Amino acid sequence: MPDFHRKMERSAIGFMLAILGVASIGGLVEIAPLFTIHETVEDVADMRMYTPLELAGRNIYMREGCYACHSQMIRTLRDEVERYGPYSLAVESKYDHPMLWGSKRTGPDLARIGDKYSDAWQVKHLDNPRDVVPESVMPAYRWLLRNWLDAKDLGEHLRAMRDVGVPYTDDMIANATADAYGQAAPDSQEAAGVAKRFGAATNVRAFDGDPGRLTEMDAVVAYLQVLGHLTDAASKMEQTALGD
Amino acid sequence: MIARLTVAERRIGFVILLLMAATGLAMAAGGRGDAFGVHGFMVMLLSLAFGARLMTTLDAPEPDPSQFQHYYDDPTRVGIVLTMIWGVVGMLVGVWVAALLAWPDLTFDAAWASYGRLRPVHTSGVIFGFGGNALIATSFHVLQRTSRARLPDQLSPWFVLIGYNLFCIIAASGYLMGITQSKEYAEPEWYADLWLVVVWVVYFLIFIRTLARRKEPHIYVANWYYMAFILVVAVLHIVNNLAVPISWGSAKSYSLFSGVQDAMTQWWYGHNAVAFFLTAGFLGMMYYYLPKRANRPIFSYPLSIISFWGITFMYMWAGSHHLLYTALPQWVQTLGMTFSVVLLVPSWASAGNALATLNGAWHKVRDDATLRFMMVAAVFYGLSTFEGSFMAIRAVNSLSHYTDWTIGHVHAGALGWVAMISFGSIYALVPWMWKRETMYSAKLIEVHFWLALAGTIVYVFSMWNAGLIQGLMWRTYNDSGTLAYSFIDSMEAMHPYYIARTIGGLLFLLGAIVGTYNVLMTIRQAGIERTVAVGEPDLPVVAGAGAVQAGE
Repeated sequence: MPDFHRKMERSAIGFMLAILGVASIGGLVEIAPLFTIHETVEDVADMRMYTPLELAGRNIYMREGCYACHSQMIRTLRDEVERYGPYSLAVESKYDHPMLWGSKRTGPDLARIGDKYSDAWQVKHLDNPRDVVPESVMPAYRWLLRNWLDAKDLGEHLRAMRDVGVPYTDDMIANATADAYGQAAPDSQEAAGVAKRFGAATNVRAFDGDPGRLTEMDAVVAYLQVLGHLTDAASKMEQTALGD
Repeated sequence: MIARLTVAERRIGFVILLLMAATGLAMAAGGRGDAFGVHGFMVMLLSLAFGARLMTTLDAPEPDPSQFQHYYDDPTRVGIVLTMIWGVVGMLVGVWVAALLAWPDLTFDAAWASYGRLRPVHTSGVIFGFGGNALIATSFHVLQRTSRARLPDQLSPWFVLIGYNLFCIIAASGYLMGITQSKEYAEPEWYADLWLVVVWVVYFLIFIRTLARRKEPHIYVANWYYMAFILVVAVLHIVNNLAVPISWGSAKSYSLFSGVQDAMTQWWYGHNAVAFFLTAGFLGMMYYYLPKRANRPIFSYPLSIISFWGITFMYMWAGSHHLLYTALPQWVQTLGMTFSVVLLVPSWASAGNALATLNGAWHKVRDDATLRFMMVAAVFYGLSTFEGSFMAIRAVNSLSHYTDWTIGHVHAGALGWVAMISFGSIYALVPWMWKRETMYSAKLIEVHFWLALAGTIVYVFSMWNAGLIQGLMWRTYNDSGTLAYSFIDSMEAMHPYYIARTIGGLLFLLGAIVGTYNVLMTIRQAGIERTVAVGEPDLPVVAGAGAVQAGE
C-alpha cells in the first residue's frame, strides 16, 4: 500500500479526486435513499400545514434560537413517551423547512406542547418565565408583546414554502397577510377566511389576549399551541415497539 | 503590505472592491430597511474603505522583484492576529452565555442580548472566526514550506482572508439582528452562504495552483488534510444550505429539505463539519508543527495513510448517530452507530502517530510549553474521539443525548484539541513569521498553558457530571412506577455545574487573553528591532534544494 500511495501523492488532481470519491460514498448511501424509499415518511391523510400566523411564529422561534435549548423530537424511549407523549413520527415534520428537532434539552421537549398550557400561561411565561416558573433559566422575551408582527410579506413566505414542496394554494398565498390578522382576531372580518382555507380545527383566537393588536407574541403562541396537533397519527398509532 | 502587491494586482483588487461595493449598494437598496439592507451597507462600507486605501497606491511603483524569491507570508501574519482576536471575542461570548444559564437575568432587556441570539455568535465565533482563521493562516504557511513554492499570486490570499472574515462578520452580526437559518453550525442565511462559496473556490484554487508549482515531488501529509478540509467542507456547505429565498431583497429563505431528510442532511453536515473543519484541518496543522517543534520525523508513514483515508471515508457515515431513537429510519441509525465505533481506529492511529513522534523528545515536552500545548492536544484528540465513539453506541446515547454530556464532549474536543493545537502552532509560528528567536515571553506561554488546561478540565468535568445527572433524573422511576423527577427538578440540579462550567470557560478565556497579549508584544518587539536593522532580507526560496528549512 505505501508504494501505491507514494505514487498517488505525486498528483494533486488525482489525490483530490480520490478524496472526493471516498468522502462521497457515506452521504450517498445514507441520504439519497431517504428521498426514494417510500416508507421513510408515513402516509397520513389528516396532516395539515402551518397557517401564515403559525409560520410567522415558527420563524420567530428560529430567530430567537429557541431550538438551541428545546428539542421537538420525542425519542422511542419509555420515559420520554411517558413524560412528553407519543414518540414523534417522521410525517409530523414533513412540512418543516427546516426541521427543528434540536440537539439539546436545556428546557423540555416541545414536540407536543400544544394545548398543554393556556394561551395566558404561554404569554406570561414568554414575557418573563420566572413569573410562573421561579427556577427557570429561560430568557425573558419581553419584546414579543412590544413588537407588532411584520405580516406584510407572508404571501412571499408561503410561495417560497410552496417552491420547496408544501402544497399551499394560490388562495392561501393571496390571503396570507389577511389570514394572519384574522387568526388572532376572532371577531374580525378576516377570521372566517382562516377556517375556510386551513380547516375548522384551526385555532382562531386572540392569542396574546388583545385582539386589537397583532403582535409577535400572537404568532409565537399560535405556533406553540399547534405543536403536536398537525396530525393525529401519533396518538392513534399503537406505540408498542418502544426501544430498550 | 499593499506596497508589495504588483500594480496589476492592485488594479484588479480595486475593481473587485468596486464590484463588492456595488453589490453592497444593491443589497442596501433592495433590503427594505431590514437586516438584509444593514448587511448591504456593511459590505459597501468595508469595500469602500479598502478600496480608498488601495486607490491611493494605484500609481505607486512596482515592488522590488527580489520579493518573488521569498515566500509570501503577509496574509499569514494578518491571519494570526485575526485568529487571536476572534478567539477572545468568541470565548468571551461563550463565557457570557454560560453565565446566562446560571444567572438568566445577567443581560439587557434587548433582543440582541438574549441567550438564543448570543449562542450562535459564540459557536460561529470560535469555530469559524477563531478556528477558520487559524486554518487559513497556517495552511498558507504550511503549503508553501512543504511544496517549496511561493503562493501563485499575492491578491487571491487576501481575497480569501478578507472575504472569509467578511462572511464571519455578516454571520455574527446577523444572529444579533435575528438572521439565522436555525441549522446548527450552518446558521448564516443564503446570501452569506453564496459569498462563502465564492471565497472557498478561490481558496481551493490557491491550493491547486501552489501545488502545481511545487518543487517537492510528493505532497506532504499535512496538505492531504488541508485539501480534504477544503474540498469536503465545500460539498457539505453547498448541499446543506440549499434553500429558496423568499425574494432577492430579503434575508429569509426556506430550506430545500424538510423533516427527516433535512435532519439527516443537517447532521451529515454537522458531524462532518466536526470531521473536516475541526479535525482534518487541525490534523494538517498537527502533522506539520508538532514534528517541526519536536524536531523529530513523523513516527509512521503507513499509520498516516491509514488514518487519513479512514477518517475521510468513515466520518461521512457517522452523522446519523446524532439521530438515534428518532424518526430517522432504523437502518440509517444502525449504519451511523457502526461507523462511529469503527472510526475509533483511524482516530487513534492519528493520535498515536502524533504521540509516538514525540518519543525521544519528551524532555522538550517537559521544558517547552509550546510543544506541550501540541502534546496535550493530541491526548485530548484521542480522549474525545474515544468518547465520541462511545456516545454513538445506542444504549449510551439514550442516556447522553439531549444532555450537557454532549456539551462536555464537544468542549473536550474544542478546547482540548482544536484550541490547544492552534495555540501551540501559533506559538511556534509567530517567531518564524516575525523573524525572532522566541516569543516575547516564554513564561506567559507557560501561564497560558496551565490556564487552558485547568479551564478545560473544570469545564469538561462539570459538564460530564451535569449530563449524567440530567440523563439519569429523566429516566428514574419511583416505586409506584411513575417518573420520579419533573423536568424542572433536573434543571435545578444543573445550577452548581453551570456555575462551575462558567468558571472553567473563564479560565480558558483568560489564557487566550494572555496568549493574545504575548503575540501582540512579540510583533511589537519585532517592529522595534526591524527599524534598527533596515533591509534585512527574507529567507531565500530558491537558493538551491535543501537550503531552506521547512519551518522558516
